[in-house]
Amino acid sequence: MTAAAPEPKANMGHPVPRYDAAAKVTGRATYASDMPLDNPAYAFLVTSAIAKGRIDGFDLDDARQVRGVIDIVTHENAPKLKESKLFSNGGYAGTTIQPLKSADVAHDGQIIAVVIAESYEAAREAANRVKVSYTAVAPSASFESPGTTTTAAKGQNAQFKEDPEVGDFAKAFDAAEVKLTASYDTPTQHHNPMELFTTSCAWMGDNLVIYEGSQYVYGLKNGVAEQLGIDADKVRVVNPYVGGGFGSRGSMTPRTAIIAGIAKRLNRPIKLVPTRDQGFTIATYRAETRHEIRLGAGRDGKLVALRHDGAEVSSRPDAYCVGGTKTTTRLYACPNVASLVSIVRADRNTPGFMRSPPEVPYLFALESAMDELAVKLNMDPVELRRINDTTVEPIGGKPYTSRSLMACFDEAARAFGWSQRSPQPKSMSDGDWLIGYGCAATCYPTQMAPSAARVRLQRDGRTRVEIAGHEIGTGAYTVIAQTAAERLGVPLEKVAVFLGDSDLPPAPVAGGSNSTASTCSAVMMVCDRIRQRLFKAVTPSDSLADKAKETVGISQAPSTQAAQSDRPLDIEKAFDALGVGIVEEYGEWKPEGAPLDSFTAMHSGHARLVGGHQMKDRIAYAFGAEFVEVRVNRFTHEIRCPRLVGAFAAGRIMNPRTARSQLMGGLIWGMSSALLEATEIDERNARYVNDNLADYLVPVNADVPGVEVILLSEQDDHINPAGVKGLGELANVGTNAAICNAIYHATGQRIRKLPVRLENIEA
Amino acid sequence: MRSFSYQRATDPDMAVQALSAAATANNPLTKATAQPLAGGTTLIDLMKLDVMRPAAIVDINPLARSWSAIEPGSDGLRLGALAKMSDVAAHAEIQRNYPVIANSLKLAASAQLRNMATLGGNVMQRTRCSYFRDVSYENCNKRNPGSGCAAMDGVNRMHAVLGTSDQCIATYPGDFAQALIALDAVVEITGRSGTRSLPFADLHKAPGTTPEIETTLRPGELISAFSIPGRWPRSVYLKARDRQSYEFALSSAAVALDVQDGTIRDARVALGGVATVPWRAREAEALLKGQKFDDGLAQRVADAAFADAKGRRHNSFKIALGKRVVARALQQAVTMEI
Repeated sequence: MTAAAPEPKANMGHPVPRYDAAAKVTGRATYASDMPLDNPAYAFLVTSAIAKGRIDGFDLDDARQVRGVIDIVTHENAPKLKESKLFSNGGYAGTTIQPLKSADVAHDGQIIAVVIAESYEAAREAANRVKVSYTAVAPSASFESPGTTTTAAKGQNAQFKEDPEVGDFAKAFDAAEVKLTASYDTPTQHHNPMELFTTSCAWMGDNLVIYEGSQYVYGLKNGVAEQLGIDADKVRVVNPYVGGGFGSRGSMTPRTAIIAGIAKRLNRPIKLVPTRDQGFTIATYRAETRHEIRLGAGRDGKLVALRHDGAEVSSRPDAYCVGGTKTTTRLYACPNVASLVSIVRADRNTPGFMRSPPEVPYLFALESAMDELAVKLNMDPVELRRINDTTVEPIGGKPYTSRSLMACFDEAARAFGWSQRSPQPKSMSDGDWLIGYGCAATCYPTQMAPSAARVRLQRDGRTRVEIAGHEIGTGAYTVIAQTAAERLGVPLEKVAVFLGDSDLPPAPVAGGSNSTASTCSAVMMVCDRIRQRLFKAVTPSDSLADKAKETVGISQAPSTQAAQSDRPLDIEKAFDALGVGIVEEYGEWKPEGAPLDSFTAMHSGHARLVGGHQMKDRIAYAFGAEFVEVRVNRFTHEIRCPRLVGAFAAGRIMNPRTARSQLMGGLIWGMSSALLEATEIDERNARYVNDNLADYLVPVNADVPGVEVILLSEQDDHINPAGVKGLGELANVGTNAAICNAIYHATGQRIRKLPVRLENIEA
Repeated sequence: MRSFSYQRATDPDMAVQALSAAATANNPLTKATAQPLAGGTTLIDLMKLDVMRPAAIVDINPLARSWSAIEPGSDGLRLGALAKMSDVAAHAEIQRNYPVIANSLKLAASAQLRNMATLGGNVMQRTRCSYFRDVSYENCNKRNPGSGCAAMDGVNRMHAVLGTSDQCIATYPGDFAQALIALDAVVEITGRSGTRSLPFADLHKAPGTTPEIETTLRPGELISAFSIPGRWPRSVYLKARDRQSYEFALSSAAVALDVQDGTIRDARVALGGVATVPWRAREAEALLKGQKFDDGLAQRVADAAFADAKGRRHNSFKIALGKRVVARALQQAVTMEI
C-alpha cells in the first residue's frame, strides 16, 4: 500500500486503481468536445459588456466580412425557445434569464450573439469584429450597491423551507455567561473546471444528440427538450467523461438549447467552445455571503444560545439560495437556537451550486465563531467541540444515524501534533515565519436519490453495467465496477461500466455527494436480482436459494465471501439450467423516505434527493476534523499553509484510493478558498474583473507541500444499502475556518472575511 | 485572434527589414502592424484577447543562433536577448556572481513559461492590467489613447503606486527588469542603421500623458543583448506574492550591495510590482552609500524608496508592503554568505 492507496480498514473496499486511469493519462478518454462530428460548423459567443440595460443595435458589417462566416444570430433572429423554470421551482434551468430573447441585458457577460463559421478561428475573429451599441443603466453589483432588494429566503425558494429555531434564543443569549457576536463575509467564487463550457449539437432528422460535460444528463436532456418543444425521447446527451463539475454543470445553462436551435436551423452539427472568461458569466457561481453569528455559553463551555443570520446575493428574477443554517443550527447541542436567511437581489447572473454550497460559507462563519468562543473561554477549541458534541440534533430532536466527529478530531489531532501547540497567539515561530495551528469541524449531509441500473452477465463472467451516472473525476466508474464485481463475485477486470449517456437507465444529478450512495445501491439491487435468478435455476427451493445467497458468491474464481466448505455457484451450470446466453436485469432503486413520484421524476430529469436533516426520524451527516499549520511572514505578511491534516468518517468507504483523492482535493480547495480564490467585481458596472486563471488564483503544487488524509472506519446501517455517506463535498467545508483560526493563532489577528490576503494582516 | 501573415526571419537584417516596413513613426510600436515573435508568451495571449491585432508576425527565433549566448566575463556579463529564462536562471556562474538575476528569473512565471520565454521578450512583456486586457472596456488610455482609465477607480489591487500618471496606473509586471535596472545594464539594440546601445533605465517610458508609448525603441528595432558591468555576488531578489509560485509580484525588491569592512561602498535598489516601469530607487541608494548597515538605516532607505508613492483604493497596502520588502531584502543582502 502507498499513500495514494491507503490500507483498507474495517468497512472499506479495496483501493483498486481507477477504472479510467489509463484512458485518462494516455489522452484516450473522450470528453464532450473530443467527439467527432460530421462536417461541423463552429460557434463563438459574443457576450455583453454591460450588466444592465438594452442593446440599441448591432453593426455586423465588419464581422460578416470575415471569410467563412455562415451566420450571426442575435435576439433579432434567434430561434424561438420555450422558457424553462428554475430547477428549484420544478424546472431544469440554473437561471431563468434567457439570452437572445430580447434586447434586454440582465447581467455582465450575457450571451448577446452567436457567430457561426466554417472554423473556430473565423468565428472568433468575426465575434471580435461585432460592434454593439447599448443604452446602459447603472446596475446594482452586490451587498454595498444601491438598488438591491433584500427579502427573507423563506417563501421565495421552494427548496428553502424553514429558518430553523428552537427554544428562546433572545432570553438565553441575554442571560448567557459568555457571549460572542461576530460577522463574517465570503466572496464570489467560480468553479473553473478544467473542461470549458462546451456544447456540440448534432441532429439526425428529428433526433438531437448533445455532447456536453454535464453532471445531470437526464436533467439536461429533458430541459433542452422542453425548451425546444420536442419529445424528450428525441434528445440524447452524451458525456462519458466530464472534466470537472463542482456544481457548475448540475443544472441547464441557456447555451445548450440555443446551440441546438441554431444547429437545427442550419441543418448542420455545431460545436461551441466558449473561452475561460465567458465561463464566468454563461454558467453559475458561488455568490458572496454575509453572516452574523451570536453564541452564548456557560463558563463550562456549554452552548446555551446560538443564532445564525445569513444573507446571500442572487439575481433579480431568481431566488437562489444555499441556506446553510439547516446545518449550522444542528451541528452542536444547544437548547436555544434561532436563524434567518435573506436573499439580496442584484443585477447579476443567477448563482448556483458550487461544491458544498450551503456548508462552505455557513460553516466558515460558525466554526470561526466557535474558535473565537474558545478563546473567550480560554479553552482548547477541540475541547469546546467535545463539550458540545451531541448524538441528537437540537432542532427536531432527531438522532444522528452515526456521528464520528470527536473520533475524527482525536485522530487528526494526533496525526497533526496538536499537543505541540502552545495556545498563546504569536507564541510559535520559525525564522521569518510566525506559525499558527488551527482546526475546525467539517460535515456534509448524507444524501441519496432514486436511481436505476441495468446489469448484464454473460456465461463467461463478463459483466456490463449501464447507468446514466457521471464520471466527473470522482471515481464513479471505479466504485460502480467494484460494486458489481463484489456483488456478483466476478473478477473486477471482467466488469465494463457505461456512464454518461442519457439513453442508459437514469441516475440522479452528480451533486450533493449522492452519486456513490445512489448508483451503487441501485447496482447492488440489480446484481442481487441476477444472483437470485441464477440460484433459483440451480436451487429450485426458495429457502435454499435465500440461504445460498447469504453464503456463497457466484464467482468463477474462489469468492472472498465463500466459506471454506462452500463452493461458488457454477455459473455455467446456472446458465445451462436457465437455457439463456445472457442474464440481464433492469431495476429502479429508491431510498427510504423518497416521495411517491420519485421514479416518474427520475425519468423526467428531476432528482428527488432525500437525506440530511430531511429524513423522517433520523438525521444523517458525514463528519470530519481538519487541522492546519499556517505560516505568516513577519516582513511580507505572505500567508502559506505547509500542512493540512484531515480525518473523515463517511460510512462505508468504497475505495480508499479514490476517497482519499476526493478528500485531498477538498482540503486543497478549502485552503484555496481561504487564501486565494475570489472573483473581483467592479462595483461601478457589476462586471467581473479577474475572469481568467492568471488572475483568479488557485493553488499550485508549491502551495500544498503537505496534505494528509485519514479515513476513519465507520459503519452506518441506517442510510442506504451501500452504507455510503458520500464524501466528495465533505473536505472543503471546514478548511476556511481552520485556516483563519490558525492565522489568529499565528498573529493574534482575527480575520473574518475571505479570502485572507497579505494586506489583511496588520504589522 | 485576427488573421495575420507569418514570416520567419533567418537573419537580423531580414527581421529588421520586415518590422521596419510595417512601422510608421507616428504610431506606437505596440500598435505596429508587424510584431516580432520570440517565446510568444505575451504576444499570442494578447492576440487571442484581441488586444494586439498585428497583420504580420515576424518570427525571430532563428536569430537565437547568434542572439542567445550567455557570456560571463571578468568585467561583466553579456546575455543574448533570445536566451531562454530557464537557461539563464540555471547557469552556475550567474547563480554565483549575479544571484539577483538568477532569482528574478527563477521566481518568475512557471517552469513551462520560463522554458519558452526569452530575455528580450521578458523585458518587453506588457502590463497585466485587467482593463487593458479586456477590450470590452473602451476606456483604456494605453489601448485607446485619450479614452480614459477604467482602472483608476476600478479594481486596482494589482496596480502601481510609483511612476503613475492621471492617465495610467498599470503595473510593469516583470521581475528580471528590476535586476537589470539595478545593475546598470546596457541594452544592445539592432535596427536599420546597425547596432546602438542604451542604458536599460532608458528603455521603458513611464506613462505620463502617453501611456500607449511603452519604450524608446524605434520602428524596426530589436533588442539583441544585455550587458551587465561588474559582478554582484552580494545581491538578492525578494518577491512577495499571493501564492508560492507562478504569480506576479505584489511587491519585489532587487538589491545589490558592495560591502567592504562593514561599510556599504555601492548599493543598488530596484522595485517591482509597484511601479509602471522597471523602477530604480536612486534616492534610497544614496542613503546607503558610505554607511554601516543597521535596521534603522534599512527603514530610512525603505521610506525614501516609497516617498513619492501614491496609492489608490485597493493598492495602498503596497506602500507599506514595499517598504518592508526593501528593508528585508537589504537585511538579506547584508547578511548573505558569499
